Amino acid sequence: MTVVPAEPATRDESRAQPANGKRRRLQRLTRRDKLVLTAMVAIPTLIELVLIWVPTLLSIGLSFTKWNGLALSDIRSNGLHNYSYVVHDYPQFWPAIRHNILWLVFLGVIGTPLGLLIAVLLDQRIRFSRIYQTIFFVPVMLSLALVGIIWELMYSPSSGLIDNVMGTAGTSRAIDWLGDSNINIWSALIAATWKHVGYIMILYLAGLRGIDPTLKEAAAIDGATEKQTFFRVIFPAMRPINIVVLVITVIESLRAFDIVWVFNRGRNGLELISALIVQNLVGEGQVIGVGSALAVILLVVSLIPIVIYLSRVFGKDK
Amino acid sequence: MTDTIDRAADLSPLDRRTGTGLRPKKRYGTHLFLVAMSVLWLIPLLWTVYTSLRPFADTNAHGYFSFTGKLSLHNYQTAWRQGGFATAFSNSLIIVVPTVLVTLFLASLMAFAVSRYSWKFNVTLLIVFTAGNMLPPQVLATPVFEMYRLFHLPNSVSDSGSLLNTYWGVIAVVVAFQLGFCTFVLSNYMRALPGDLTEAALMDGAGVWTTYWRIVLPLCRPALAALATLEVIWVYNEYFWPLLLLQSPDRLPVTTAINNLSGEFLDNYNLIAAGATITIIPTLLVYIALQRQFVAGLTLGGSKG
Amino acid sequence: MSDLDRFSPPTAPSRRTMVKGLAAGVLGAGALPALLAACTGGSSGSSSSSKTATMGSSASDPVPKKAIAAMVSAFEAKSKDTITVNTKAHNDFQEQINSYLQGSPDDAFTWFAGYRMRYYAKKGLVAPLDDIWDQLGTSNFGPGIVKASTGDDGKKYFVPNYNYPWAIFYRKSVWQAKGYQVPTTFDALKTLCTQMKKDGLIPIAFGDKDGWPAMGTFDYLNMRINGYQFHVDLMAHKESWTSPKVSAVFDNWKSILPFHDPAALGLTWQESAQKVGAKKAGMYLLGSFVTQQYTDKATLDDIDFFPFPTMTEANGQDALEAPIDGFMLSKKGGDNKAARALLAYLGSPEGQNAYAKIDTSNVATNLKGDFSSLSTLQKKAQQTIANAKQISQFLDRDALPAFANDVMIPALQGFFKNGSFNQSGVESQAKSLYASQ
Repeated sequence: MTVVPAEPATRDESRAQPANGKRRRLQRLTRRDKLVLTAMVAIPTLIELVLIWVPTLLSIGLSFTKWNGLALSDIRSNGLHNYSYVVHDYPQFWPAIRHNILWLVFLGVIGTPLGLLIAVLLDQRIRFSRIYQTIFFVPVMLSLALVGIIWELMYSPSSGLIDNVMGTAGTSRAIDWLGDSNINIWSALIAATWKHVGYIMILYLAGLRGIDPTLKEAAAIDGATEKQTFFRVIFPAMRPINIVVLVITVIESLRAFDIVWVFNRGRNGLELISALIVQNLVGEGQVIGVGSALAVILLVVSLIPIVIYLSRVFGKDK
Repeated sequence: MTDTIDRAADLSPLDRRTGTGLRPKKRYGTHLFLVAMSVLWLIPLLWTVYTSLRPFADTNAHGYFSFTGKLSLHNYQTAWRQGGFATAFSNSLIIVVPTVLVTLFLASLMAFAVSRYSWKFNVTLLIVFTAGNMLPPQVLATPVFEMYRLFHLPNSVSDSGSLLNTYWGVIAVVVAFQLGFCTFVLSNYMRALPGDLTEAALMDGAGVWTTYWRIVLPLCRPALAALATLEVIWVYNEYFWPLLLLQSPDRLPVTTAINNLSGEFLDNYNLIAAGATITIIPTLLVYIALQRQFVAGLTLGGSKG
Repeated sequence: MSDLDRFSPPTAPSRRTMVKGLAAGVLGAGALPALLAACTGGSSGSSSSSKTATMGSSASDPVPKKAIAAMVSAFEAKSKDTITVNTKAHNDFQEQINSYLQGSPDDAFTWFAGYRMRYYAKKGLVAPLDDIWDQLGTSNFGPGIVKASTGDDGKKYFVPNYNYPWAIFYRKSVWQAKGYQVPTTFDALKTLCTQMKKDGLIPIAFGDKDGWPAMGTFDYLNMRINGYQFHVDLMAHKESWTSPKVSAVFDNWKSILPFHDPAALGLTWQESAQKVGAKKAGMYLLGSFVTQQYTDKATLDDIDFFPFPTMTEANGQDALEAPIDGFMLSKKGGDNKAARALLAYLGSPEGQNAYAKIDTSNVATNLKGDFSSLSTLQKKAQQTIANAKQISQFLDRDALPAFANDVMIPALQGFFKNGSFNQSGVESQAKSLYASQ
């Protein structure tokens, strides 16, 4: 049971075996070994529970209170009021939901497939592969401030590269890429895609390297074209990676924060749930109850892909 | 889908190393596409670097969209001096190095325990870890802040009397956040190692720790290198937690501190661009140093089996 | 299998290596950060007897930053105490004030008068400064300023440094060349705007990317139309946002909306100030700190301002928006003698002179200060403040911070975009937020 079986053929047997193997294995461990194993599991688990899961539960609790974030004794119960406030009275909430969905669709339809395409091309052992790889990966390495500045230099209506190239800079026809609330979400999406593609490319490159080369060769011998080989053989074989990438795309879209925050703190057309949470939880105008309610909404929405993903990945082990 | 794979696998009489099935082609179309994409990807970067190399007076006189050929590193010197980079970089170092080492160490322990041994809750725990990694960090902001504030420490250890405003606090929460991802990747990697390895070690009388430290961990080097690269990038670029937990500006790491630049340098974009460009150097160096292992070590889904 | 070969047969290394390894692990996980934290502990060391103190400053722009530094070094020279100034980006400092005060604040810090000050005083996060005020003498400050430095409990919590009027700024040379007259009524303002538009100028420069500058326009319209008292009550949410009086504000604003810079939502106030400097825009309603942007002496000398025009007979031009910036002590800093001495100095004529010498965009608050070297513009600002019948702070200083930041900023930006202000929406948000404090 120690290893997930390599051959699909043996999968059935292995499913039956672990019970025996496990018992045998555990019996053979000395007491000291058991202690070591316990410590190996206990220390990381404790950290994970105390710093991730306990705060998550506390956040859920806070979403039913009203509190200004100062003295703990000021916390008052507020029932479901924060949730009704968010849904009914908070004008930024629904635009934020729409923008998060748009973010997901845009990355899912453009960013992720582009990353996959580049990875597939680079996997063909072409020349300069490593140089291309570095170029696409550089945006992934950038700090938040650098991304903000880079795109400000591109998007500024007076001195930005884009308006200058279009010849509209400084005129009334100049497009205000970041200030115009009809456009700025697209400007932010382009910047986000610029970062996202490199990340997806690396994940797929890793996935493609993990694929048994005999698959390709066999398909070639079968007379399949490259396209057919990819869609019928390679892509299905990458299923585990596809799921990882899918989940990462969803999670990254839900968690999107940095880019809108540097552009304008997530206001005026760039509302995203995560930015609203930060405005409510961390700013001078702290409204912990409302911020926590937003956080819980984001948490619940995030849990859907997480649960689907984990049940796929770990389901077969159980 | 699996059927296709199996059939394809059965049909493979060739040695997987020879690769004679694929004749190398001249891929002009591919290169054309990749070059075009690379140019698109590079324009924003190069434009920033170009701006950062130009004197302020020059762009002031001719506008940013001009090509006068006057380039110098002067902005970099000024930005370095005025931006407090020396402090910020050492703060980043103090945060990034322990965070990455501790994360990888703890994650490898956990991954080893869940992937090489079987016991009742290991899948459950792996789920708890992986899901934890995917939570939006903002969800935890308030409780973590309050827990830290109420966690009393002697003033000799922390001048805030609590975990707030300490590097320790930032390191702990970032470690917790990154643990999930690293555990997941490493457990996949360790699972793919042949079972005979540990079996043999056990026969030889090696204990759990020896098996982990002497056998499994060395074999995980490619995965550790890849993860180290990713983690250095992520932790170095961490903006949210230092901003929330560190109050003294002289303790902020580069990514958070650089926010001050735009205030300091006003609309001198040349200087801001220079300052921001400096921040990418450490991650770029780490990436270049570990690039060879990078892709090979990132076996996420364990599609090899 | 090479890795297995390296594995030496079962001598008994396991226990020791394991213990060592574990120890290394535990040390790595626990002791290293502790050491690091210990290193960081040294930097503050504020105790009651100390001759050192720290001050957190939001003065990140070059001119005020230099001015604060001058003030502090003048104090150091006099007292032989050592003060460390920690400067943070202005907006970040403001946004993090809650976590800052609860976390590890400096002994002293820069802050604002108004609700924003009283709020933290009420929560017990700052130290009372009555003894410092005994030294400063309340008679040396205008009554409005003394009142603005006082908390709800009657204690003083704030030492003022300077204040600055909000008014409409313009370039004299442009106005002379085109023959524009200073408008004293709202109708005259509109006529002027129409003329400027014809002349190819942006009549009203406006930069609202950061959200707060638009509040100044709202405050003035509200005080001119509905009077000071209504404005104060609205800020305290004793009046409703659905009131027809509020509708009147936005109806009037709408009539001048076409004269505002259409690019406003993508511009910071600094960028908008440059448009006035470059003679592209005709006028700009902002605080007098706008003059910090004109580093060129000729431009600076060419700048003048006039008060926001009259809209109703009854309210005239009585009310003035003149926010006060100054200093406070954190709870911890309240015990620090050096920090207390610092604040007493910063409020004194000497201290304020040191500041005013460098930052000429503001007006010192201590009436005993040296005003002989004031520029014409500064003298005018000082007089404007002295003549004002009522003084407001600013929307984000007079109202609940959560309301100002989370509700008004998007609502005003939305108004600028769509020309409509959702009064009932803002009212229901105000109800929830004010109730939860």
